[in-house]
Amino acid sequence: MFRPFQPIGYGTRVLLGVGFFVFFVAFWSLATFGGFVSRTFLADPLTMVADGWYLLSQRGFLYDIAMTVWRVVGGFAIAALIAVPIGIAMGTYKPIEAMLEPFVSFARYLPASAFVPLLILWAGIGETQKLLVIFIGAFFQIILMVAGSVGNTRRDLVEAAYTLGATDRGIVRRVLMPANAPDIAESLRLVLGWAWTYVIVAELIGASSGIGYMIINSQALMATGQIIFGIIVIGIIGLISDALFKAVNQWLFSWRLA
Amino acid sequence: MSELVIDGVGRTFPGVRGGKPTTALQPTSLTVPENDFVSILGPSGCGKSTLLRIVAGLDHPSVGKVVLDGREIRGPGSDRGMVFQSYTLFPWLTVEDNIGFGLREKGVPENERREIVADYIDRVGLHGFERHWPKQLSGGMQQRTAIARALANNPKILLLDEPFGALDNQTRGLMQEMLLGIWEREHKMVLFVTHDIEEAIFVASRVVTMSARPGRVKSIVPVDLPYPRHYTIKSSPEFSALRSQLTEEIRSEAILAAQEQ
Repeated sequence: MFRPFQPIGYGTRVLLGVGFFVFFVAFWSLATFGGFVSRTFLADPLTMVADGWYLLSQRGFLYDIAMTVWRVVGGFAIAALIAVPIGIAMGTYKPIEAMLEPFVSFARYLPASAFVPLLILWAGIGETQKLLVIFIGAFFQIILMVAGSVGNTRRDLVEAAYTLGATDRGIVRRVLMPANAPDIAESLRLVLGWAWTYVIVAELIGASSGIGYMIINSQALMATGQIIFGIIVIGIIGLISDALFKAVNQWLFSWRLA
Repeated sequence: MSELVIDGVGRTFPGVRGGKPTTALQPTSLTVPENDFVSILGPSGCGKSTLLRIVAGLDHPSVGKVVLDGREIRGPGSDRGMVFQSYTLFPWLTVEDNIGFGLREKGVPENERREIVADYIDRVGLHGFERHWPKQLSGGMQQRTAIARALANNPKILLLDEPFGALDNQTRGLMQEMLLGIWEREHKMVLFVTHDIEEAIFVASRVVTMSARPGRVKSIVPVDLPYPRHYTIKSSPEFSALRSQLTEEIRSEAILAAQEQ
């Protein structure tokens, strides 16, 4: 069983994966129902489910979920649309890399969450501010990851294309872009995951809707069941978007898996 | 009348981290007339690949120049097709799209492109694999596609950099016959770099041997074996004589190269 890289069957894989979730919930139940942790600070699983149902049926939580999803997707899409071409240019042309790389590497470490107070001053507490937080969080990361992939393109493929008569523009369009499309898509998938963290931070301060807004409201009411339900909803949406992204990547880039 | 003239081409690489510069290739001259199939044979590190890359325009000479049809080579171009030792098919394109890559880049209309691609698929025996991805092909099939891809562009000269080096012996023999068969019909200039003596003789009309680092041309041996050549020619007395002669020449260079390392 503990031989490195020894493959396991499909059934075992599912059993182990689901089993750990069961273990996690069992541990949580033991801690709360067993009285080891005060209910004031940590709700038990059943309370969490009941709170969740209350949120969905009575408090219009679906609208909050939709708002949050919209903000993540919107901010992320704008960031990706601008950052991917810049990243490709940076990975391809050395002068652009020399000019932008130091700044982008610096900007990448600027924490998006620390921009929230500043962005409220600049853009108010409307949707623009939420989108901007996600944009800042995603933009520089995408540039660097895309530039990294493009910069590492197999040189022999580029040389082969040149000997086949490709122009400099042809190299970018017909070698660098298709060769790195799967890596770029994979980078986007990772950054989308991080964008979920930023959106909640943005919604914790100065928002009137969204999952983060619900969470900060629930804190005031000591409704830990609602908070946990909100966190779990984010986890599930993340899981779904990740699976969708993966499926689309596999379908688009089947040449990699063939 | 096509002609390739390598005129005093040498290449020195600058030293790394303040080290001494390395001379990979001493000034070398060689003229390849139309229809000539030249093998370049030498121990590893003799600069034979460097010479080929310079002809391809992927590297530039430190001294001298390469002239193809009266025009000095300044960069890569579709008039010189190249097949590399590493597998360089574009993994995101199918076999037929790989072969058609250069034609598309040239702007050849799709109908015409299809015809040319189908023709070369036939010639390299890849019928039925048109829609396969490179990953699904064996090494030999990948190199056959790479040869078809280079030829579909209709280059004046075909540059082959140890294209069969990574293949097993049997596949390599079949590939040599296929390449020779194509050349016997097409009669293009070919520069074929290899370190395999038998391979160098079998495919070429002349074998150029190179000395150990820094490389230079040591001898040029004509191969006067009749065409079309059948693989059984490898066991003929004439072939054996050539093999012995070239083995002697390369052996002393290989010993020198081994001592350097």
